Amino acid sequence: MKRTLGLVALAASLACGTAYAQQKQIDVKVGVLTDMASLYADDTGIGSVIAAKMAAEDFMKKHPNVKVSVVSADHQNKADVGTNIANQWYDVDHVDMIADVPNSGVALAISQVAAAKNKVFVASGPASSDLTGSKCTANTVHWTYDTWMLANGTGKAIVKTGGDTWFFLVADYAFGHALERDTAAVVEKNGGKVLGQVAVPINNSDFSSFLLQAQQSKAKIIGLANAGGDTINSIKQGAEFGITAGGQKFAGLLVFAPDVAALGLKTAQGLTFTETWYWDLNDGSRAWTKRWDKLRNAAGKIPSMNMAGVYSGTLAYLQAVAAVGSAKDGKAVVDKMKTMTFDDPLFGKSTVRQDGRALHPAYLFEVKKPEESKYPGDLYKLKATIPADEAFRPLKDGGCPLVKG
Amino acid sequence: MPLTPTLSPQAGRGRRKPAMTTIFGVPTMALFGQLLIGLINGSFYALLSLGLAVIFGMLNIINFAHGAQYMLGAVTAYLLLNYAGLGYWPALILAPLIVGVFGILIERLFLQWLYRLDHLYGLLLTFGLALIFEGIGRNYLGSAGVPYTLPDSLQGGHNLGFMFLPNYRAWVIAASLVICFGTWFAIERTRLGAYLRAATENPTLVRAFGINVPRMITLTYGFGVALAAFAGVMAAPIYNVSPNMGSELIIVVFAVVVIGGMGSILGSILSGFGLGVVEGLTKVFYPEASNTVIFVVMAIVLLVRPAGLFGRRI
Repeated sequence: MKRTLGLVALAASLACGTAYAQQKQIDVKVGVLTDMASLYADDTGIGSVIAAKMAAEDFMKKHPNVKVSVVSADHQNKADVGTNIANQWYDVDHVDMIADVPNSGVALAISQVAAAKNKVFVASGPASSDLTGSKCTANTVHWTYDTWMLANGTGKAIVKTGGDTWFFLVADYAFGHALERDTAAVVEKNGGKVLGQVAVPINNSDFSSFLLQAQQSKAKIIGLANAGGDTINSIKQGAEFGITAGGQKFAGLLVFAPDVAALGLKTAQGLTFTETWYWDLNDGSRAWTKRWDKLRNAAGKIPSMNMAGVYSGTLAYLQAVAAVGSAKDGKAVVDKMKTMTFDDPLFGKSTVRQDGRALHPAYLFEVKKPEESKYPGDLYKLKATIPADEAFRPLKDGGCPLVKG
Repeated sequence: MPLTPTLSPQAGRGRRKPAMTTIFGVPTMALFGQLLIGLINGSFYALLSLGLAVIFGMLNIINFAHGAQYMLGAVTAYLLLNYAGLGYWPALILAPLIVGVFGILIERLFLQWLYRLDHLYGLLLTFGLALIFEGIGRNYLGSAGVPYTLPDSLQGGHNLGFMFLPNYRAWVIAASLVICFGTWFAIERTRLGAYLRAATENPTLVRAFGINVPRMITLTYGFGVALAAFAGVMAAPIYNVSPNMGSELIIVVFAVVVIGGMGSILGSILSGFGLGVVEGLTKVFYPEASNTVIFVVMAIVLLVRPAGLFGRRI
């Protein structure tokens, strides 16, 4: 008996030696922190979680030695709830990277948490350009879009077509103020004038009072520095109060495809705005959308630019982790991301700058008229393409402490 | 010396514009527009707080599901339009009936066991029901909600000079005034209302007179729920039909009911309209506070008159 045991022990210890011939197993955990039930839920929410799972699946197919798991939670648009979840995830649950986080207020808080714990934050959901500006960190990569790109794309295009006086409806938190600040700067730089603004509480349902003030300002353009449910309500009620009939136009500064679907083409037609992705843009996007739709398994939903950003950003992060060999050192992974060029079927080629800003081409879209739409989900027509190096704020203008010189 | 109106810069430049008077820096005409909008919002507050006050006053149940029932009214109108082809006007009658019957079911199945218990049980039960309805709604409709078009007969509006008043919003004010004062009249001035009020005070004695008290209470709950659903159908064309529409409104409506006095019908109607106007004015002068001004008013009222402005019991 003792001899058998001894032989077995010898055989087992020899077998361990052969493990060195395999590739080292890398474990990565991604947490999708999103808005599951409130005004941004249709633009992110469950759709974002699915996008992250698709990225994990696609990556693991090509890299069998990497094991990626995805968890998710609802931040309810509250910075304290988001921060608690992030702390729990980073400290206790071994999450290496947090993705999505729509709501710039929450995102700015998460960015600080990630830096403090040397983990990674792939900010594919929030808009505030401060994430790569004055509040940049070495652990945050800002994917998909930001307020400067929106202001520069939409604002410049509208001023150039004659919309030179503006009145802003501003969502009263970090995002709204950043968007208003960046757009006002673009308007004034291109010869326009800002006639006034009004701060509206987030997740407001009745805009009639604020729209009346916008009407009385006699501005040609009413800039909507809000998003999701707030934008939908502003435009719907604006149509009711005869704003567009009276000659004023809405500028949707942040509009997602699900918002347009919720408004309906009759109300939303003619809206012009900038996005970095649309489901019907190219074959790669269409194929991805078909897959996403099957997993989403709910009628009438279309993916938004943010969900595509979760997929693309997560994939890029995982590629950097594989190149570094481990997900443990957040700063090392982000530094690696800043040296790589990524290519995926949704955004094409993307690079990450020194301040954490990911660069993608931007597209100016206009919402189709109802008679121009040929099939369900056929919402946009492409008006212009802005190349990646022009679409985002120049590196030196951001005020990011990471940028030398 | 009487107040001299401040003239707008254009007045002296040969342009034919009338002199604008301003109150605290806001043009008077603009102010009237905001007051009118405040009245419109106040109509919704009044309708909803009336339903709540009726239910609390008659049944002693704090109906936290009121916001969800308002949402169900809007959703029923949406479903009637998309699956039964019935437009706004039939929905205005059918949706409250359907949701009212549903409310009666809730009352018979759950609420009737709680009347003699502490208020908290009713609150907890109805709160739980609200969460369930909202969750189901969110599952099928998504959080952004679904569109519901304005009925053709009420499209467009009139330019009143100081603002453009959509016809639909004028209809909202008119309809809620009629319904609110109709309900008040029915409860305070008719015999049926007298039976109802008596049954609340002393159900045993009223039963001794041969009046079917449990049925009256059930129907009263159904009526309160129907009022909420009616407000929901009226809200559907202007606010998005979304599962969250009730929860956004319900807290404010509770504040309105508390200000008016928990058991007072007239109090809830007048507070509803009044607070809509107060909120409207806040949106002009200090919009950042527009979400919280009603609660500030509630705190002040509770300090000065704990029973509410028109309340009779503490």
